Amino acid sequence: MTTAVLDAKGLNCPLPILKAKKALQGVPAGGLLEILATDPGAVKDFEAFCRATRNELVASSQEGNVFKFVIKRIK
Amino acid sequence: MDAAPDTALLDDLIKRRLDELLPQKLAELREKKPASMTIIATKGTLDWAYPPFILASTAAALDWNVSMFFTFYGLQLLLKDLSHLKVSPLGNPGMPMKMPFGPDWFRGINWNIPNVIEAGIPGFESLATVLMKQTIHNKGVASIPELRSACVEAGVNLIGCQMTVDLFGFKHDDFIPEVKEYVGAATFLPMARDADVSLFI
Repeated sequence: MTTAVLDAKGLNCPLPILKAKKALQGVPAGGLLEILATDPGAVKDFEAFCRATRNELVASSQEGNVFKFVIKRIK
Repeated sequence: MDAAPDTALLDDLIKRRLDELLPQKLAELREKKPASMTIIATKGTLDWAYPPFILASTAAALDWNVSMFFTFYGLQLLLKDLSHLKVSPLGNPGMPMKMPFGPDWFRGINWNIPNVIEAGIPGFESLATVLMKQTIHNKGVASIPELRSACVEAGVNLIGCQMTVDLFGFKHDDFIPEVKEYVGAATFLPMARDADVSLFI
């Protein structure tokens, strides 16, 4: 299955979350969404977002000042 | 045989079982019911437009049911055109006054301008607003129209206070058509009572 990618670099709270929510709606159940962001607050925010929306945060990593999150759509 | 001791025994049994089962049942019910939030938005300036719209759009992204009640100056946030929203540094000692352009050392200066000067310069609010909007843009922070659209798209209930619409001489046609209804405190309060989170901003 292909992974959808959302580039949220340069965007600040709450835009990465709002855009991720929208992008997830285009991902089929079981599909993956990769998000790139530069907002340091996004690390905790995506953990909380996934917990609240019952999606799975498969990966959360950092390269330089870019954070990468992979979310698996559960429902 | 006396019935009273049996009842007491039964009551005791029920009470003990309830204590065991109730927390689990309540947790199940809580899981099933989506979280909800109501916000009273009372301010009509560019800076104060942010908290209600950020919280509402984010809550909607978390699948919460959200209703926003716009009253007094908060009605400004429902007008079709939002470009008139301004921020005022006058009498606002918490607002840093920094320039959104130039070299880093220049951007770092906090311009401590006395109130009496701010009040005396015509157009000072407009200038501060232009600088604030540039800073917002530079930092990748959403604009107010963008956040309001996100709320509308996510199905946030936008509710206008009818009394303040009359008070300030607005017409329903002045506001965006997505405003669901114009009501009073008696309609809002029961909604707030049922909500998990209720905020006055």
